[in-house]
Amino acid sequence: MTNAAMPGTYLEEGSGPRAWLLTTDHKRVAWLYLISLTAFFFLGGAMAVLMRIELATPAGDLVSDDVYNRLFSLHGIIMVWFFLVPSIPATLGNFLLPLMIGARDLAFPRLNLVSWYVFIFGSLFALFAVVAGGVDTGWTFYTPLSTLYANGWVSTAAFGVFIVGFSTIMTGINFIVTVHMLRAPGLTWFRLPIFVWTLYATSLVMVLATPVLAASLILIVLERVFGIGIFNPDLGGDPLLFQDLFWFYSHPAVYIMILPGMGVVSEVLPCFSRRPLFGYKAVAMSSMAIAVFGFLVWGHHMFVSGQSAYAGVVFSFLSFCVAIPSAIKVFNWSLTLRKGEISFETPMLYALFFLALFTFGGLAGLFLASLAVDVHVHDTYFVIAHFHYIMVGGMVTAYMAGLHFWWPKLTGRMYSETSGRIAATVTFIGFNLTFFPQYVLGFDGMPRRYHTYPPEFQFWNVLSSAGAVVLAIGYLMPLFYLGWSLFRGARAVHNPWSATGLEWQTSSPPPPHNFETIPVVTRPAYDYDMKGLEHERFSPHREEAAG
Amino acid sequence: MSGTESVAFDTPQRERRADTFAMWVFIGSEAMLFGAIFLVFLVAHIDFGPAFAAASKHLSLPLGTFNTAVLITSSFTMALAHKLAVHRRWSATVWALAATSALGICFLIVKGIEYSREISDGLAPLLGLPFRYAGPDPAQAELFFGLYFTMTSLHALHLIGGLVVVAGMVALWPTSSPANRLRQVVAVGLYWHFVDIIWVFMFPVLYLINR
Repeated sequence: MTNAAMPGTYLEEGSGPRAWLLTTDHKRVAWLYLISLTAFFFLGGAMAVLMRIELATPAGDLVSDDVYNRLFSLHGIIMVWFFLVPSIPATLGNFLLPLMIGARDLAFPRLNLVSWYVFIFGSLFALFAVVAGGVDTGWTFYTPLSTLYANGWVSTAAFGVFIVGFSTIMTGINFIVTVHMLRAPGLTWFRLPIFVWTLYATSLVMVLATPVLAASLILIVLERVFGIGIFNPDLGGDPLLFQDLFWFYSHPAVYIMILPGMGVVSEVLPCFSRRPLFGYKAVAMSSMAIAVFGFLVWGHHMFVSGQSAYAGVVFSFLSFCVAIPSAIKVFNWSLTLRKGEISFETPMLYALFFLALFTFGGLAGLFLASLAVDVHVHDTYFVIAHFHYIMVGGMVTAYMAGLHFWWPKLTGRMYSETSGRIAATVTFIGFNLTFFPQYVLGFDGMPRRYHTYPPEFQFWNVLSSAGAVVLAIGYLMPLFYLGWSLFRGARAVHNPWSATGLEWQTSSPPPPHNFETIPVVTRPAYDYDMKGLEHERFSPHREEAAG
Repeated sequence: MSGTESVAFDTPQRERRADTFAMWVFIGSEAMLFGAIFLVFLVAHIDFGPAFAAASKHLSLPLGTFNTAVLITSSFTMALAHKLAVHRRWSATVWALAATSALGICFLIVKGIEYSREISDGLAPLLGLPFRYAGPDPAQAELFFGLYFTMTSLHALHLIGGLVVVAGMVALWPTSSPANRLRQVVAVGLYWHFVDIIWVFMFPVLYLINR
């Protein structure tokens, strides 16, 4: 890190483990998160690769059924709780939120650092429990499997996830207060970049939904350890109540996982088509609408659980409603491209791939929201394909778009554009090859979570497993060329993409407290239709790049 | 940047507003936690109303009422501490906080007495302890007592958290500026009142069903 730094940047402010592990600079905390999340991502990915290798043949020849159950539990727990939920907010969001709104730091810098420690402690605690205790409940901890039948260290694992929830709430509170209290003069709500809007919407969901998850995990621990049978039918409890509580959190959590990705894409698309974002207010408001509607659709995970038919109809209707704000965004993004001067740099490629994959996955969501279709495809690979298109094709692709887009700001270095474009394309091909066959498999009736299957499913499974290898290469490539760029990459100028946004007005990498003088904003976001890119968009401050 | 704890703020006043706001957001989050637990209780209550009402009569109403009064009084002394801190009368503030803590501890002691009675009466279906409930529908009453212990102990944990924060805050005061002290009293006070209000909801739901 140290030799990547230039004098007077945040990377230069003290080196060595102490300066990093005890930092309160939001930019350094973002790096702590980035490094730990990258490790979790590849760990969770390795589990997926093992599963895909097992599924290349119909017989269970690589791992036993028990081990397979543990593999998908580990994959789900790591990827959902320890990668996707914190992914963009804790890394790019942490780094960029103060820069984008013209603040010196988040409102509570120490709380920000504490949230990382809580995250690391909770996640390693849970990971240890899952591995050592052989937890095989899947990431959802459904009762009564988790309370009455599972023998692994379910309580310990659930408690670890519970601890990580605190870190999520801390981040949420910090972001909400920062957006309310620390916007630069002139930066009104409707001049905020959409990325800030989506972080705000995400934070609201984090703060209001995570405690309900905490409650349901506490109740599992109480049932297993203290014998309070809230979910145990023998003791008058109701196992389905767990699903209601769990999805009351976990469906909004799906939006925690996708909203920040939508924000990243809303930054990248205007920049590389040199056009202002089409329908800014509609995009901003649809983010809030998604956050609100997200709380009202949990029952669509329970269409076949025996909940009342009336509830099923209402939840189905509300689930169709939540598609509207997402569709508003997709149309606005597409119209942003219209008549733009589009160039295909790496972040733009990732963003366009996001658009394709998110739309495709979202349309499959409408199938699942329809009661009759859901009965047929519930708990099949169709569902797996649907949410991987959103979570991986959507969120992880957006994460890569954002990582490449702001990489020069994070590090002060450029990466190899050719490698980036190749990696993006390989990812796109590998992704579709992995998950498109799973739609077919699911529709033909292959259930999820089995390590063996009838031979007639083998053709699509082999395609999917081959795709997983391509996808793995696509994700491993950035590890190498971005790692190389960190130490050897060409120096980045302060605004390599000629983008608008306050973060690009600072040097690359930014100085320790971001702004010498707090900037005054006089123009709307995405001011791209102005001719002449050297035009001064924000007055009066200017922090020139040192190099 | 002078006088503020976070580099992000220009003035202590703005930082205090941010702190208060953050505490409100946190309270919103906590309300969802307790909301979920209350919901679980109410769902069970809809299913097993008569059994819950009968089981509720085995809780000690006098002790519960006394504890409600204790907690509401502690909110009063906490409000007093806030007023005194605004006027920068620090030693009086510390006394008001000490009174608040004493009342909080009193609540916990009475709660402990209640728990020990319930355990010795065989009304605690926890950790394999004997459950000797004489009334109708013992299985449903068992769920009631399970929920009673879940809810009240979660509340008690929040109260203990409040006590620790008050003690830690006062212990660190010799090194903190008046602006920071006021900021902390306002935020901690909000939290304290919230924990009291939770009890104000919990008391009727658990103790006063069908009385």
